Amino acid sequence: MERMWTIMRKEAYHIWRDPRTLGLILLLPALLLILLGYGISGESSNIPITVVDLSKTAASRQYIENYSVSQDFEVMYYASSEAELLSLIDTGKVQVGLLIPEDFGRKLNSGETASVQFYVNGSADPTNVQTIQLKVSAIGEMASEEILVNRLMRMGGGLSLTLPVETFVKTLYNPNGDRKLFMIPGLIPIILQVQALLLSALAIVKEREQGTMEQLIVTSIKPWELMLGKIIPYLVVSIFNLFALLILGQVLFGVTVAGNYWELVGLSVVFIVGSLGMGVLISNLAQSQMQAIYLAVFIVLIPAIILSGLLYPRDNMPWLSLAYSELLPVTHYLTITRAIIVRGVGSSLLWWSSIFPLVVLSIAYFAASVLVFRKRM
Amino acid sequence: MNETVNAVETNDLSRRFGGFVAVRQLNFTIPRGEIFGLLGPNGAGKTTTIRMLCGILLPTDGQARVLGYDVARQPEEIKKRIGYMSQKFALYGDLTPIENLEFYAAIYSVPHAQRTQRISELIQLSGLTDYQKVLTRNLSGGWRQRLALACAIVHEPPMLFLDEATAGVDPVSRREFWDLIYQMAGQGTSILATTHYMDEAEYCNRIGMMYAGELIALESPDVLRTRVPGYLVQVDCEQPTEAVQALSDLPGIIETTIHGAQLHVLLNDAGEASHMLDTLREAGVVVRSSLPIQPSLEDVFLYMVEQHQASAKSDSGE
Repeated sequence: MERMWTIMRKEAYHIWRDPRTLGLILLLPALLLILLGYGISGESSNIPITVVDLSKTAASRQYIENYSVSQDFEVMYYASSEAELLSLIDTGKVQVGLLIPEDFGRKLNSGETASVQFYVNGSADPTNVQTIQLKVSAIGEMASEEILVNRLMRMGGGLSLTLPVETFVKTLYNPNGDRKLFMIPGLIPIILQVQALLLSALAIVKEREQGTMEQLIVTSIKPWELMLGKIIPYLVVSIFNLFALLILGQVLFGVTVAGNYWELVGLSVVFIVGSLGMGVLISNLAQSQMQAIYLAVFIVLIPAIILSGLLYPRDNMPWLSLAYSELLPVTHYLTITRAIIVRGVGSSLLWWSSIFPLVVLSIAYFAASVLVFRKRM
Repeated sequence: MNETVNAVETNDLSRRFGGFVAVRQLNFTIPRGEIFGLLGPNGAGKTTTIRMLCGILLPTDGQARVLGYDVARQPEEIKKRIGYMSQKFALYGDLTPIENLEFYAAIYSVPHAQRTQRISELIQLSGLTDYQKVLTRNLSGGWRQRLALACAIVHEPPMLFLDEATAGVDPVSRREFWDLIYQMAGQGTSILATTHYMDEAEYCNRIGMMYAGELIALESPDVLRTRVPGYLVQVDCEQPTEAVQALSDLPGIIETTIHGAQLHVLLNDAGEASHMLDTLREAGVVVRSSLPIQPSLEDVFLYMVEQHQASAKSDSGE
C-alpha cells in the first residue's frame, strides 16, 4: 500500500514540476469547450440567399420579403440571371437561390398559379440541407396561404377566414430547441474522454521509453500498486477538469444541471476511472509513445466522437458500429450526462440502460490494465 | 533454502529471440561475496544474461538460481533481495537525489525506522551532500551514476547486478565507483558486473568472457593472463610499419601488432627475443628500447576469441 502512495507522490511531482504541461492539462479542456461549444451549437439561422427577381412587381417584392424578414434567411445578393445565381452557389457565397420568373406578378393578379424556383446547395451536411429545405418550403407555404386568404377575402367581400386545423406541439425538456442544451452535455464527456485517455496512455509508456520502467520491474512492486499509483493523480486532474467544464457550461452557455448534481459527479468519476484504465491498458500494449497515441486516437477517440451519439443518433447504426459503441464507456456516460443535465432524470431510471454498463466497463478496463501488465521485458 | 553457498548458479542458461540465440548454455557460479565480471563486446549477451538473472526475462532453456531462488519460478523473491543498476541510470530527472532515494526506499519497503538513517548514510557514501536539493537532471554523469548506485542499494541487497554501470563516465568517477563496489564486496555483498572496459575487469575476483552469446573463458584475471601462450615484448622504435614488414616472415613469431608508436611482438618463447631485435636492426629500423610485458586482458580476450573461432571452425568442418 505504501508503495502505491509513493508512486502517486512521484507522479504528482512529475505533473507539478512541469508548469507548462500542468497549464496545458488544466486549461486546454476548458478552452476546447468554449471553442467547440460556440462552434458546434451554432443555429443554422441567417442562411445566405440570393434572389433573381425577373418579375419586378409589388407581388414579387412582397414574396421576397417573406424570406428577408424571417430570421432564417438573409438576402445577400440580388442577381440578374439564373447563371449568376448558380455561380454564387458554386463559389459557396450563398446556400440558397430564389428565382422569380417574369410572369410571376401577372399570373398572381389574374388568379392563376404562379411558380418560383429554389436552388439549394446539396453538397453541405445532409441534415443542414434538410433543415434548409424544410425552412424554404415552410415559408413558401405560409406566403402562399397568405396570398390565398387575401384572394378569398377579396372574393368573399369582408368575410373573415381562418384555416380549419391548427396544430399545437409541446416540446418537453428543451422547448426552445436550443442546440447548446443538446451539445454541451455531449461535449463534456468527449473532452473528458480525450483528456483522461491521453494522460494515462502516455503514463506507462513514457517510463518504458526513459528506462525507469526496467528499474521498477526489478523491484518487488505489485502491478496494481503501480497502476493505481499512476492513475490517481490523473484522476484528480480529470475531476478538476470536470468541474471546470460544468461551471463553464453554466456560466458561458447557460446549461444548468437539471437533475442531481452530485449524482452526475459520482457517475463522472466512474467514467473517468474507466477511461484512465483504458489509457493504461493502451499504455501497456504500446511499445512507444507514438504507438500509444495512435491506438488512443484511432481505437477510442475518433469512434468516441462519431459513434457515441454526440452528433448522430445511434438508433440507425449498423450492428457492428452499434456493438463497438456499446464497448466505449463514453457512449453510456454521454447518455447519462444528457439525461441528468437536460432531462433531470434520476439515476434509478438509468440504472440498467446506462449506469450498469458504465460501471462494468470501467471496472473491466481497469482490471485488464492490471492483468495485462507484466513485470518482464 | 537461501542459505546456499553460491549467490548465483546457472545451468545451461539460454535465451533465444526468434531464431537468434542471444545466450547459449551458460554455466557459472558466483560464490557469496565475490565480484564477478562479465566481459565482452556489445551484443555478446551480457545484458540478456543479467535480465534473466534479475527475473525480468524468462530463459528459453536451462535454469538459474539467484540467492537460492529459481529465476523462472520465483522472480519476486529474487527482486526483493537484489539491487540492479543499468547503464541508463534510470533515475527521475525531475526529482532531487533525496526524493529519488526516498522513492526507492519506499518501493523496496525499507522499514520507516531505518529509512532516514539509511538515506543520509547513502548521501554521505556517494558524496552527494552538497547536491541533495538539486534536480537530478541537472547533475553530471558521474554524480548521477553514484546516485543510481545509491538507489540500487538502498535496501542493502545481498546481491547486486551492475549492467555497464560505468558506461560514459569519466575515469576518475569510474575509479571511485569501483572503490565503493570493493567496499560493498568486503561487507559480504555478491556482485555481478558487466563491462566492455577491459581495465575494469581487473577489479573482479573472477571474469567470464562472453562472445556471441557464449562463455569462452572463466577465470581470475591473473590466471587468464597466463592463458596467452608465448612471450610478449613491447618494442619502442621508429618506423613501426617497416618493422612489422621486417618481422613478417621471421619464424618463432606468433603475432605482431602496432599500438601507437609501439610494437607488441608475441614470441614463441623468451629465447627468440634477441634474434628478433637483430632482425629489426638489420632491416634498418631504429630500436629505442624493448621490454617484456604482461599481456593485457584485451590481448587475452582477442586471443580467446580467435581460439574460439578456430575451434568452432574445426567443429563445423567435421
